[in-house]
Amino acid sequence: MTATLSSSSFVNIGERTNVTGSAAFKRLILADDFTAAVEVARQQVENGAQVIDVNMDEGLLDATRAMTTFLKLIAAEPDIARVPVMIDSSKWEVIEAGLKCVPGKPIVNSISMKEGEEAFLDHARKCMAYGAAVVVMAFDEVGQADTKDRKIEICERAYKLLMTIGFPPEDIIFDPNIFAVATGLEEHDNYAVDFIEAVKEIRVRCPHVHFSGGLSNLSFGFRGNETVRRAMHSVFLYHAIPAGLDMAIVNAGQLDVYDTIDPELRTACEDVILNRKVEGEELSPTERLIALAERYKGSNAAQEKAAEEWRGWPVEKRLEHALVKGIDAHVVDDTEEMRLLMDRPIEVIEGPLMDGMNVVGDLFGSGKMFLPQVVKSARVMKKAVAHLLPFIEAAKEPGAKGKGKVVMATVKGDVHDIGKNIVGVVLQCNGFEIVDLGVMVPWSKILEAANENDADMIGLSGLITPSLDEMVTVAEEMQRAGMTMPLLIGGATTSKVHTALRIDPAYQGPVLHVLDASRAVGVATSLVSDTGRDAFVRGYKSDYEHIRDVRANKGQSALVPIDDARANGFVVDEHIRPFPPEKPGVHVFDNWDLAELVEWFDWTPFFRAWELAGNFPAILDDDIVGESATNLYADARAMLEKIIGEGWLHARGVAALWPCRREGDDVIIHLAEEERHVRIPFLRQQIAKREGRPNMCLADFVSHDGDWIGGFSVAIHGIEPHLARFKAAHDDYSDILLKALADRFAEAFAERLHAHVRTDLWGYAPAEQLTPEAIIKEEYRGIRPAPGYPACPDHSLKPILFDLLDAGANSGATLTESFAMLPTAAVSGFYFGHPDASYFGVARVGEDQLADYAVRRGVDIETARRWLRPNLD
Amino acid sequence: MISAREALIAAAKDRILLTDGGWGTQIQLRKLGEADYAGSLGLGHDQKGNNDILALTRQDVVTAIGEAYLAAGSDIVSTNTFSANRISQADYGAEALVADINHESARLGREAADKFAAQDGRRRFVAGAVGPTNKTLSLSPDVNNPGYREIDFDELKDVYREQVIALAEGGADFILIETIFDTLNAKAGIAATLEAEAKVGRELPLMISMTLTDLSGRNLSGHTVEAFWYAVRHAKPLTLGLNCSFGAAQLRPHVRVLSDLADTLVMVYPNAGLPNELGEYDELPDTTAALVREWADHGQVNILGGCCGSTPAHIAAMAKAVQGLPARRIPEVPVRTRLAGLEPFTMAAAS
Repeated sequence: MTATLSSSSFVNIGERTNVTGSAAFKRLILADDFTAAVEVARQQVENGAQVIDVNMDEGLLDATRAMTTFLKLIAAEPDIARVPVMIDSSKWEVIEAGLKCVPGKPIVNSISMKEGEEAFLDHARKCMAYGAAVVVMAFDEVGQADTKDRKIEICERAYKLLMTIGFPPEDIIFDPNIFAVATGLEEHDNYAVDFIEAVKEIRVRCPHVHFSGGLSNLSFGFRGNETVRRAMHSVFLYHAIPAGLDMAIVNAGQLDVYDTIDPELRTACEDVILNRKVEGEELSPTERLIALAERYKGSNAAQEKAAEEWRGWPVEKRLEHALVKGIDAHVVDDTEEMRLLMDRPIEVIEGPLMDGMNVVGDLFGSGKMFLPQVVKSARVMKKAVAHLLPFIEAAKEPGAKGKGKVVMATVKGDVHDIGKNIVGVVLQCNGFEIVDLGVMVPWSKILEAANENDADMIGLSGLITPSLDEMVTVAEEMQRAGMTMPLLIGGATTSKVHTALRIDPAYQGPVLHVLDASRAVGVATSLVSDTGRDAFVRGYKSDYEHIRDVRANKGQSALVPIDDARANGFVVDEHIRPFPPEKPGVHVFDNWDLAELVEWFDWTPFFRAWELAGNFPAILDDDIVGESATNLYADARAMLEKIIGEGWLHARGVAALWPCRREGDDVIIHLAEEERHVRIPFLRQQIAKREGRPNMCLADFVSHDGDWIGGFSVAIHGIEPHLARFKAAHDDYSDILLKALADRFAEAFAERLHAHVRTDLWGYAPAEQLTPEAIIKEEYRGIRPAPGYPACPDHSLKPILFDLLDAGANSGATLTESFAMLPTAAVSGFYFGHPDASYFGVARVGEDQLADYAVRRGVDIETARRWLRPNLD
Repeated sequence: MISAREALIAAAKDRILLTDGGWGTQIQLRKLGEADYAGSLGLGHDQKGNNDILALTRQDVVTAIGEAYLAAGSDIVSTNTFSANRISQADYGAEALVADINHESARLGREAADKFAAQDGRRRFVAGAVGPTNKTLSLSPDVNNPGYREIDFDELKDVYREQVIALAEGGADFILIETIFDTLNAKAGIAATLEAEAKVGRELPLMISMTLTDLSGRNLSGHTVEAFWYAVRHAKPLTLGLNCSFGAAQLRPHVRVLSDLADTLVMVYPNAGLPNELGEYDELPDTTAALVREWADHGQVNILGGCCGSTPAHIAAMAKAVQGLPARRIPEVPVRTRLAGLEPFTMAAAS
């Protein structure tokens, strides 16, 4: 499985190189000023457009000539040509001429059945021959699809036709037509609902397709009233993205954060878009929005409403206040006001905004502000910068000069990024520029991005143990490439010892293990310091050498031969072995009640993820972090209400109980119906023990004479559209909050399901009555160890477990090549029911056990070595 | 008999296959004179250096080189037609002979391949080689006019189609679009091959081979290896790979990337090292073989061979070095919308 850094779940298509959408661009093209027109494309890409739409459909133009000229010109600009092009025209001959100029793989926008099936298929075949994805408009011989049923009917018919010619389904993007609502004509009232409902249905009927739409049509009736238009667009995306809309031609900088729209306006937009008639209300939704829109005409009307005291302060103070307090409601207006006061837009960033962020950085550095607040501040900063960028680009000024540039990535095979995102935000708050490559990033991309961006350092993150190996690969490849920039290592499984023993020797440049986000600033700052850097790096290097020396010379506790360890295994009390399950076999839970799971939350790790130390609920009253924790908890609770109330997430899980028997350190599972046996090999502790202490292995808890074992997989689905929404709104805070809550749901579900197994499915503890505190302290009978964790450290058992559970189908969870689970919020493991079963850590194992394990696991010894490396010398 | 496509895929399951090595240096070794090249064709231009025309004037040389590679262990022999297109042949005033050169070259390759197959029963394949021409669709030769192009897509497609049809009719199993420095040229070659298939009435499986022009892993038109793959994926190529570029040592990281991405056979045939100060390739067969073996050891390649400077001795050394090593397993890649500018852009899975 490969992944690209440019993966994204919601695609912003730049709309400014479109003569029908941008009057300024049209003027340039009509004046034959292609040089300036190319600059428009460059700005779009630099502002984050992932694809650029090029449209030259204008009566006064030779569209074919304009299209080919422009495409050839931008092909010569590497900054622009790096992103794919969308060739946009209503005329096929213009599209085909464009296809002949584009070397990469573009998107054609659009083809349809307007002129019948034959022309449609002819165009589709040509797109295949040129190598292009295609937008298919919901348009047929009769006309454009307006109702839900027509949209579905036309798209499904187009899909079936395309399948007959072997068109790749993933290269189909349907545009089911976004039409204007609130026009005053009643027959238009349901257009947005029709679109959203149609998308939901088409995605079910037509696997792999994507959806796009032109957003500006929607608010056509409110031309000249940007506040209302932006609100309408944001509200529409809020509902359409979860339905399946995954790309749109849109100016991302001109969207509002859904949550920050004036609630009255938001509700009015929502009523219009969802076509909700309000009981007892005289005015229709459209009439109410039109009435309300009057208030937002002109620039200051909205601000008058917010008569809070700080709004009366001078604009610099307002910006600082907004940054420190993390209030983003007015930041775009304030930034704009500031911009008009300054000579150059860049001065707004370098002056008041950086001053405000310095206050934030100081407060954080001195322990007066905590991560959740800092992340909120960063959200405000991002919005302000997003507003300024077009002006800075227009003035062709170099961007703000930061302290240094950091390329960050979660390594290939791993999908966890909460910690990386937090570190990125904190570094940004301290003046560093972050190039975030996302998750599952191959080494080649990391090196390339570091070189291309002339980075000052690279930061790698990973949560699961195979990521440690991947980090070594990155270090090796950096060495091979002759790089010298520092390499920062972070993430839950990383450690100073691993960094010293494995990563540092692979790379001659500085390698630095960074324990948590709060240390990242100090480390990065030292690395870009002219004076302190060398001594700082030497300190790390000698520290690592010391660790290596210690490990080499003594340090390690002795291992006993595996045979001796087995002879010293743990012996359970045979008299209390649980009886066979009440309900053996596989049990699937398609949609566990989220509200119930919240009662099972263990909140302490949630606060730890935000680097707030302390146990819940005492942490809320903590003298130091109490206020920050209380606010975070309130935000989390508010988001939980939406998650549950609006069905953002759903919990799917599977639990199974199988007959088995022990064979050595293996457990052999009997799948009677399939007439097969599945071997699960476990690892045994090999460290020499004091007299009377056993060398534990999970197999010890299972009987040789026939017994039972269980397995489970739970996963929290549905997060992506919401993350896409937050990303589009530059809202890291909500992004991290939602991911952290999804993790809590997964853990709570695992805990809840285990209780269900104990009391019902296996039923060995039917009368169990434990308080949540007792559950969190694991005061129950039986354990649920997970592959990749200390008792069962080999992640590679996950594919076996997933196969047994048919997890892909039953819980929707899948594995990456490094055995990380997708979705990210997921837990899996085995159930052992014996009352004597307990958690332990396998720790270091010897070469003899490795060789034996490889045979039992059915892989060659080098593969086994790779999997078990964290447990080897 | 199963199709050539199926036969190659089946053979590549069991072992690492070999294609041939360089032709130009082999021809140079034979120190041919103007008369050898010109033969009795009566062309006005000096033909010396027009290697491709030997298919008409010195068929014995073409056959001897092809057979030397087959004897060294090549499973695939390519045709000596790198420049046998209307654009390149114009330099020699030999445009009118393009179809004949390709037809004859493919026929000679077919004869040699079938002769070896008859000896030991192992099928050999003929790859009809299509070079990039010396024109580029993506770049302007005029620095002051970046929108200018020397040639357009349809013209180049017509040039390619003429060559591809002749290669197919002469008996080539596959069409090898090689040394691709401009991705759009390759797309024109793909479009031409699709049209040629309709004309000759049989499938013409494509072998697509990119050449890198800088060590960061891009070709001249600026595409990364991954972006290139997405730009040509619609051709459903039988093999995807790299050739020429630098030596095997410099190609290493890019082979690794390609191997992870491509859900088709991977074929790599590097130069015999980098040229020395005299412009000669002097990397020894065992050296090249040891370098390519590293890829084989990591399961990254299905087909190996050589490009500039490589000889039958290089192929023999490679064959020995990779003997018994398992072939690369074709990875399963998830269904995703994969677009490309100069860089790849992969969309998240649809719902």
